[in-house]
Amino acid sequence: MSAVTRREFIAGSGMLMLAFSLAPRGAQAGEASHAGGKLPGSLSKFPYLDSWIRIGADGSITVFTGKCELGQGVRTALQQIAAEQLMVPFERVAMVTSDTALTPNEGYTSGSNSLKDSGTAILNAAAQVRELLLAQAARRWSLPATELEARDGAVHGAGGRHAGYGELVAGQVLHVEAQALSSVVPPREHRVMGKSQPRVDIPAKVTGGEAYVHDLRLPGMVHARVVRPPQPGATLRALDTGAASRMPGVLKVVRDGSFIAVVAGKEFQAVQAMRALQDHAQWEAGPMPPADIHAYLATLASQDSVILDRAGKAGEGASHEATYRRPYHMHGAIGPSCAVALFKDGELTVWSHGQGMFPLRAAVAELVGLPKEKVRCIHREGSGCYGHNGADDAGGDAALIAMSLPGRPVRVQWMREQEHSWEPYGPAMISKSRATLDSQGQIASWTYDVWSNTHSTRPGEAGGLAAGMLVAKPFKPSPPRPIPQPEGGGDRNAIPIYRVPVAKVTSHFIPQMPLRVSALRALGAYTNVFSLESFMDELAILAKADPVEFRLRHLDDPRAIDVVRAAAFGFGWDGFRRAPGTGRGFAFARYKNLAAYCAVALEVEVVRESGEIRVGRVHCAMDSGEAVNPDGIRNQAEGGVVQSLSWTLREAVTWDDKRITSRDWARYPMIRFPHVPRSIDVHVIDRPGQPFLGTGEATQGPAAAALANAVFDACGARIRDIPFTRERVKAAMGLPRSS
Amino acid sequence: MTSLEVNGRTVQVDADPATPLLYVLRNDLGLNAAKFGCGLGQCGACTVMAGGEAIYSCLVPISALEGRPIVTVEGLGTQEHPGPMQEAFMEAQAAQCGYCIPGMMMRAQALLEKKPGASGEEVREALEPNLCRCGTHMRILRAVARAQELMKGGR
Repeated sequence: MSAVTRREFIAGSGMLMLAFSLAPRGAQAGEASHAGGKLPGSLSKFPYLDSWIRIGADGSITVFTGKCELGQGVRTALQQIAAEQLMVPFERVAMVTSDTALTPNEGYTSGSNSLKDSGTAILNAAAQVRELLLAQAARRWSLPATELEARDGAVHGAGGRHAGYGELVAGQVLHVEAQALSSVVPPREHRVMGKSQPRVDIPAKVTGGEAYVHDLRLPGMVHARVVRPPQPGATLRALDTGAASRMPGVLKVVRDGSFIAVVAGKEFQAVQAMRALQDHAQWEAGPMPPADIHAYLATLASQDSVILDRAGKAGEGASHEATYRRPYHMHGAIGPSCAVALFKDGELTVWSHGQGMFPLRAAVAELVGLPKEKVRCIHREGSGCYGHNGADDAGGDAALIAMSLPGRPVRVQWMREQEHSWEPYGPAMISKSRATLDSQGQIASWTYDVWSNTHSTRPGEAGGLAAGMLVAKPFKPSPPRPIPQPEGGGDRNAIPIYRVPVAKVTSHFIPQMPLRVSALRALGAYTNVFSLESFMDELAILAKADPVEFRLRHLDDPRAIDVVRAAAFGFGWDGFRRAPGTGRGFAFARYKNLAAYCAVALEVEVVRESGEIRVGRVHCAMDSGEAVNPDGIRNQAEGGVVQSLSWTLREAVTWDDKRITSRDWARYPMIRFPHVPRSIDVHVIDRPGQPFLGTGEATQGPAAAALANAVFDACGARIRDIPFTRERVKAAMGLPRSS
Repeated sequence: MTSLEVNGRTVQVDADPATPLLYVLRNDLGLNAAKFGCGLGQCGACTVMAGGEAIYSCLVPISALEGRPIVTVEGLGTQEHPGPMQEAFMEAQAAQCGYCIPGMMMRAQALLEKKPGASGEEVREALEPNLCRCGTHMRILRAVARAQELMKGGR
């Protein structure tokens, strides 16, 4: 099966240098060749094969990724890729995820990029390691490698001779730089990739195993709680620690400026002491933004950039314009953020469920004043995060507290109201669409404007951590910056994928942040796809066209067309029978216009009397490129649909002039079982041999827009303001508000 | 000292009697499954069974639980020998981050012990107190339906 045409080993000083040329197999390898010799995925940053794969003398195989398991199943998918390319059973591979002492630095686990970055690196590294092992055996036996076979962790040759991988890796044979091209296993021969693999993390999670950073129990560990100001920007005026420090079990009250924490032997003692400290803290209030946040945002200065400018004459047919708004949304992890830290012998270790251990290390080192080399950050799973939530902040809290208790592991977990009021939210946004049609009902011209804060204030420096903002000598956060196209931040997916001859798209970046914000699943793509795909529906109606057909007539990309057709077919779009009060909605996007293709069709019932929206069947079609774990893709897509429906139907962060008022689940209501869809079907379109496109965020925009379009279809009410509360639905239907 | 029966075992707990059960389960008894979610009885991540009922262990103090047998996910089986509810959740791959899942399992267990033939609609209603942020709802419903079959001795 090998496509190696020439191998040549040059023995160096204790290290084997390797040169070989490969005929590329499959488009994964072909992709690398198109990159002009640039190494594929994260190999471009960490080219040595043994940064990714190590094989022990006993044949044990360890694969390293700089990405984090966040509940999205990436550990399982990466293990599948490695096992496939190394020609070993799935179970033979042990994965090590993000750890600053052990793994490559792959930045953040975000942007649906893990398979593209780490999956591509591991795919190629594992294929090249296998070829190296074949070459080693070939040299040992003086046989052509083409006559050998790698199978079940050993290389096999004629006459029953074989050598285990462990025997073949003596010396530094894997300490070589990767080549641009790899002899990957052809998809038709796959045993592990492309097959639904049960997730490796689930058994522990359903049996009470140690599965989360929350479950870490180190010897001598103590428990801490922080006391946060009532709102961001408030400063501590006075604190009486007397009562709290006398409480049972209390070991220490830590204060540094407006940063307050209490440490106790038992966790509930720390909770009680935290409440006592809260009662004895006086705060200087900080400013809160006005209630009408969208009107306020419109008054703030913006940096404008035209991200698409296709000049020409506007059409002479019908024209239409609309404005869409999205409130602040929470990540809303079910488990409040948690971290464990230990400062011992001059070195600090932090166990965190953040999305990037290397950036966290940089931030923590600056916060506590240690050189980076003296800080180690280790990823442990947490409650799902869906972006930059309180996880990094909790890591900073634990680090700061641990520095004052050398030798004692400190576990800190936030309380519910702290998570709700201190996590960085997904930004409120405004968008405006305008278009004209030509006489044939085609879109002739298109104008789109979007206003947004930044979508990333991720740490990488102490000023990005809550503790860094609260200490007596606060660290100044870097000025917020927009994330550039083609990925984009607030303007992610602001450029239409549809064929429009004349178009202008402008991104209005607002540096001033009325509330603390950062990355929430899909960033601006949630709002932009909601806006664009609602607007496409509105234009289809103007053109008296079927919304699916209207999209198809403006699409050129065959994979986009496939996904749209698959979702429509799976849902039964053409045969849909509209009962009174019910309707169907459709939406499509290619995430970031360069990643996964996703289309959603769904049906709703709108209860006229109450304004309630009930979601029935949902059908989603997804093309994530080569599918590594199809059931993993389905799981992510189902979850993304439900979460997006929850954001869109119910959620908005609220505040008054003193504080955030969305402090618990009663005042930030998320979707519950009786209201989730009747069913969700996900159709995975596999593209064997094609590049990995990621999955996790692709559903967020299409699900929201499909909902809006279905509500319109059901009751004629076009809702452009998220969330679609009952009051808004009734108002849009022209019904009186309930008294 | 408070005497509790947890997963069929009687344990003496040296903690303030006002301590909510959750902290005792996690820290004194080293049981990981029940999770802290809100401390307010709004999310169900801490759900365990006491005297056959699903309770919020983040709210109920241990002093109120003497004489009420407590069952947690650890009491349903092990990784090597999973009980029907655990087997069903593994089969249905009904977890993403999984933080809410033990609470879901215990609320479903309490329902099915009382009402083995509960309808899909009744399962949805019964799980209403428990939140899942990953949106794993459809799989959780499938897992509970599968657990129903397994409990009836189905394969």
